[in-house]
Amino acid sequence: MTLHGLGYIGLILVLVFGAAVPLGRYIALIFRGEITFAAPVERGLYRLCGIDPARQMGWQGYAIALLLLSAIHALLLFAILRLQYYLPFNPQHIPGMAPMLAFNTAVSFTTNTNWQAYAPESQISNGAQMFGLAVHMFISAAAGIAVAAALMRAFVSGGLKTLGNIYVDITRVILYLLLPIVLFSAILLLFSGVPQTFAPFATVHTLAGGAQTIARGPVALQEVIKELGTNGGGFFNANSAHPFENPTALTNLLEIWLILIIGFALPITLGHMIGRKREGIALFAAMGLILGLAMLGDYAAEATNNPILVHAGIMVQPGNMVGKEMRFGIAQSTIFNTAATGTSTGAVNSVTDSYTPLGGLVPLFLMQLDEVAPGGVGSGLYGMVLFALLAVFVAGLMVGRTPEYLGKKVQAREIKLAMLAILVQTMFILAGAGFSLLTKSGLGALSNAGPHGLTEMLYGWTSATENNGSAFAGLSANTPLLDYGLGMAMLFGRFAVLIPVLAIAGSLALKPKLAMSSGTFPTDGPLFVGLLIGVIIILGGLQFMPADTLGPLAEHYLLSTGNSF
Amino acid sequence: MIREIRPALSLVLLFTLVLGFLLPVGFTGLAQLIAPLQANGSLLRVNGQVIGSALIGQNFAGPGIKAARWFQPRPSALSGTNAKGQTVATPYDASESGGSSVGPTNRGMIDHVMARIAAYRAAYGPGRVPDDAVTSSGSGLDPDISLANALRQAPSVAAARHLPVVMVRDLVQHLAAHRLFGVIGTDHVNVLKLNLALQGLKAR
Repeated sequence: MTLHGLGYIGLILVLVFGAAVPLGRYIALIFRGEITFAAPVERGLYRLCGIDPARQMGWQGYAIALLLLSAIHALLLFAILRLQYYLPFNPQHIPGMAPMLAFNTAVSFTTNTNWQAYAPESQISNGAQMFGLAVHMFISAAAGIAVAAALMRAFVSGGLKTLGNIYVDITRVILYLLLPIVLFSAILLLFSGVPQTFAPFATVHTLAGGAQTIARGPVALQEVIKELGTNGGGFFNANSAHPFENPTALTNLLEIWLILIIGFALPITLGHMIGRKREGIALFAAMGLILGLAMLGDYAAEATNNPILVHAGIMVQPGNMVGKEMRFGIAQSTIFNTAATGTSTGAVNSVTDSYTPLGGLVPLFLMQLDEVAPGGVGSGLYGMVLFALLAVFVAGLMVGRTPEYLGKKVQAREIKLAMLAILVQTMFILAGAGFSLLTKSGLGALSNAGPHGLTEMLYGWTSATENNGSAFAGLSANTPLLDYGLGMAMLFGRFAVLIPVLAIAGSLALKPKLAMSSGTFPTDGPLFVGLLIGVIIILGGLQFMPADTLGPLAEHYLLSTGNSF
Repeated sequence: MIREIRPALSLVLLFTLVLGFLLPVGFTGLAQLIAPLQANGSLLRVNGQVIGSALIGQNFAGPGIKAARWFQPRPSALSGTNAKGQTVATPYDASESGGSSVGPTNRGMIDHVMARIAAYRAAYGPGRVPDDAVTSSGSGLDPDISLANALRQAPSVAAARHLPVVMVRDLVQHLAAHRLFGVIGTDHVNVLKLNLALQGLKAR
């Protein structure tokens, strides 16, 4: 580790935290309908779609609309991918995608996962990227934020039967939050060298006298929403390691900022919505502490070079450069990947599969903690609130008080629903990875032997279930078992959490809002932050301990004694 | 349920039209107007002929003495299939991208790196080898090498081109990019730009 690397972590955190506070306030204004600079556009959209913006919806209304919206949009993407050969903007004449892979891809983008079982350069046309994938990046991100908005409203006052209007939430988030940041950042990326063209691949005569074909396309715009909406689906196979997606150290800094900014702004928004800013800051602090520690840990792991290669004669500094880009080096690679797995982004600017065992464990563990540091846009906030409910419940058991959170009594129904959301994810990850490793097809998909192979499979199921999309890319994921299996994991990982969250919001909204009393366990101080982090690690992380021990931890000790497979 | 079909369906279609079609078409038009060079892939031209992209690495391998005349980029893990359906290495084929996805305990990777260490020492002399020179990048298209790696290669490139070593070293230093404000980025050199400038050098 060097001072530069540590300084970089500090720089990122300052830039993100500094902007998250005003942005969180701004998002609260959007949720309350007080931002109106595009009101005519908004009204026009509602009229065309037959939406009555004044209609209030209950939690079931939100859930039904969300399922319907997702189903329609998934079918549309499936059709676009199958028919891309016949659609416009296909200069490379890329054929339609096979049904199995198209299913996996359609589910993946609908659930904000962006798992890439395909190679974009040869399997997705510019057109399918634009009106297929990129539109999902906007809508699935906005849908996650809309659910977070509904949950926040449940805490605002007592006896509420409705949570807002999901169509209005989605439309406003896109118009007032996502689009302005996307347009501004896309111009910055463009001037830094990220292409935006409809021209076919370029063919050049290289200096050494060969020929080279260079893939390009309308990248800049999609690159921004990929990070900002914590989506992660790269325009190119190498994702943000590709020089056209992420050409310089400055674009890398901007992309990390985009990945983290909304996730850290939303707890601040919660504080403004309920009128108790310190409550938002407590969640924000828990997120920031976990992420900061993870960044330090991952950087430390990768700055320690592979002992086998050092013994063979490579330099000890700067660290493990396998699968990393020279313009980023160690710190700026690990911090990008940590940010992308602390959120649900899953973009990579270096090959996680080639990280040292402990360097790979950090992103894996961040995902296993249900991505709450700071988590996907919307999903991170509601995931964190689930853990906060469990934390006050645990605290209540310890001191014999009735648990309350933000003035709402937490009872059996909420705790059951919160545990359901967490257990469904654990089941898919452990059962899915375990079952796959028992099959021939699963073993055949691995590209590494020994404990690293186990980690590869575990990482794949974790990433899909947690809707992340990051990969130990050596896993050949385009097989029936993994295309369909991981597709189901993504669906359950998204909707078996979303719907319980909405149900909790509905149930909490109805309850009377209690005033703070001397019997209330305070949830806005350092004691609660510590308890919350403890609950996240014990409930979110501990059940993965045996699996992580057999994978990355075993590999770490084998590597340090010079074993290879 | 039924009453939600119209708003859900029309919202999806309308956003597909606006965000998926009008926005990228409009933005691409703007990009071509305000930054045509970057928008089309930062292509470099020499005497009117496109010789590559400033951002994408190129293959400078070649038979023995020919390769020695160029600074060598990082290993690229890209591969493709030939006409017979066999997998072959296609380093720096920018119609695709990706890294090797091999883990730290993968014996194949270790063997590869050891072979590269031996080759590097044979070409540029003994001593510890810079990491980036023998490990493949994440994109397979990494345009840069570390400053340390470039300086190690300089004497041998100078000898192959019959140039004074100090001249080549100065060129490397002149083209090197450095860490911004002490924290952002790394010290590195773009191999294509370096080799392009090398062509213009003449011994005095």
